[in-house]
Amino acid sequence: MNAMVKAEGVHKSFGAVEVLKGIDLEVRPGEVFCLIGPSGSGKSTFLRCINHLEKINAGRLYVDGELVGYRQQGDKLYELRDREVAMKRRDIGMVFQRFNLFPHMTALENVVEAPVQVKGVAKAQARERAEQLLERVGLADRAGHYPSQLSGGQQQRVAIARALAMEPKLMLFDEPTSALDPELVGDVLDVMRDLAESGMTMVVVTHEMGFAREVGDSLVFMDEGVVVESGHPREVLTNPQHERTQSFLSKVL
Amino acid sequence: MTDDLDKTPADARPSADVSKEPGGGPVPPEAIKAIPVRHWGRYVSAVVVLALVGLLVNAFATAEKIQWHAVGDKLFDSTVLAGAGRTMLISVLAMALGVALGIVLAVMRLSKNPVTSWVAWVYIWFFRGTPVYVQLLLWFNLALIFPVLNLGPIYKDEMTDVMTPFMCALLGLGLNEAAYMAEICRAGLLAVDDGQTEAAHALGMSHGRTLRRIVIPQAMRVIVPPTGNEFINMLKTSSLVYAVTYNELLRATSTIGSTSYAVMEMLFVASLWYLVMTSVFSVFQYYLERRYARGSTRSLPPTPWQKVKANLLGPSGKRSVR
Repeated sequence: MNAMVKAEGVHKSFGAVEVLKGIDLEVRPGEVFCLIGPSGSGKSTFLRCINHLEKINAGRLYVDGELVGYRQQGDKLYELRDREVAMKRRDIGMVFQRFNLFPHMTALENVVEAPVQVKGVAKAQARERAEQLLERVGLADRAGHYPSQLSGGQQQRVAIARALAMEPKLMLFDEPTSALDPELVGDVLDVMRDLAESGMTMVVVTHEMGFAREVGDSLVFMDEGVVVESGHPREVLTNPQHERTQSFLSKVL
Repeated sequence: MTDDLDKTPADARPSADVSKEPGGGPVPPEAIKAIPVRHWGRYVSAVVVLALVGLLVNAFATAEKIQWHAVGDKLFDSTVLAGAGRTMLISVLAMALGVALGIVLAVMRLSKNPVTSWVAWVYIWFFRGTPVYVQLLLWFNLALIFPVLNLGPIYKDEMTDVMTPFMCALLGLGLNEAAYMAEICRAGLLAVDDGQTEAAHALGMSHGRTLRRIVIPQAMRVIVPPTGNEFINMLKTSSLVYAVTYNELLRATSTIGSTSYAVMEMLFVASLWYLVMTSVFSVFQYYLERRYARGSTRSLPPTPWQKVKANLLGPSGKRSVR
């Protein structure tokens, strides 16, 4: 089976600072792939490279067998036009740490926006689907609320519904619970667990070790731009081999 | 002493006191009855201001040379009304031109394309760097160097026929305004969080659509208040088009003033109309700002009209007002 995400020696620098120093990994379709590591380890940057919010400097990154951001003809790489990049992003949902809901639109309008504007779905149909999605994340009664009238946890669940409205084949989560009050984290994780059970391929940057252990299928520990250790979450979290992993886990667990 | 002040009133935590007073229940502390601070300075300054205003009003009211009846007679004179109408017309049209071109220039300046960004920079540099009065005269006298406007096969005409006073006023005010609006719009676009653009891009939206659907509606909240300011400025700056012989409010009143020997009186008339127009617009601006504040605050305060309605309807009406 083809890998959903495949990274081969991915490098990324911001100016003189090298953030990713050769990342190799593979995300299989249908699996929940967790990325953990200290802040500044490059895990969020790697996630953003997957939907080309950041350009990689070296290596190859594939999503569903296709090169991200470039087209290869022979041994030459051609940069994709903005329109072509946008086309590919339709299939990749992303959930941000700071939610990034559109504040001038209600919860329902947030979810309806992209299918109507990007895919040209009929408004009535998109609304119906949006209502179903809000129901699924437990916010059917908040459809008419603006983001400022919702709690952080509710906003994040709307953001998940918004991403799902595009019917993506891959979902990226960038520390989805890090900006939430502790008591609101559970609601968001429940939605993500439910999504994982439905068979969605998910790449999750997280500090929630409990979630990684229970829901994750694979786990990668990153530090200073390299993959230090990877394997099944239960094995890595309970029996870390690498010294760096051990010291990190002893602090967060 | 300070400890006493920090204590919460007994009625805020009745349970604590109930135990102390087994029989009689909680005793609330006596409400504070203190003599408020007297602000003598306020009384003194009010008296001084009233006296000065009285002197000023008296000076105008008793001035024999002012023909007050002329102000009343000419306030609704058809020439004056037509002038006020033209002031309104040219201000609205020039502002519309300014806003439309301003948004385009702002987007151009923020564009990744160095050519468009540079073109916008030079435009703003020129139109903001020269006085609007000079620009009006430049348009007015364009026929001196280009007697014929020749746009190849599309259009050809005498420049004096094209550059009517109206066109001079519109181009002079509108193109100048665009330079200022461009900077206001740019500030508005920059004020929108980058996360919004990222979220829209991640959903597969193109640059243009992200700008139209996500960024500009949010930028409006920042853009509208200074734009209202600009429009009030425009209403008054439009008096400069006097110079290009466009028959707006100031020109209309001055013409009457110089023929009827009521120069000051007609300037009063003009001032009154300018005040009316700017005041009416201020109310309009208030509602416009509320519209673009959608989603930014949990609940907007009621408008003055809603307050009146709530008072008329009594407490039951208040709930529906929210």
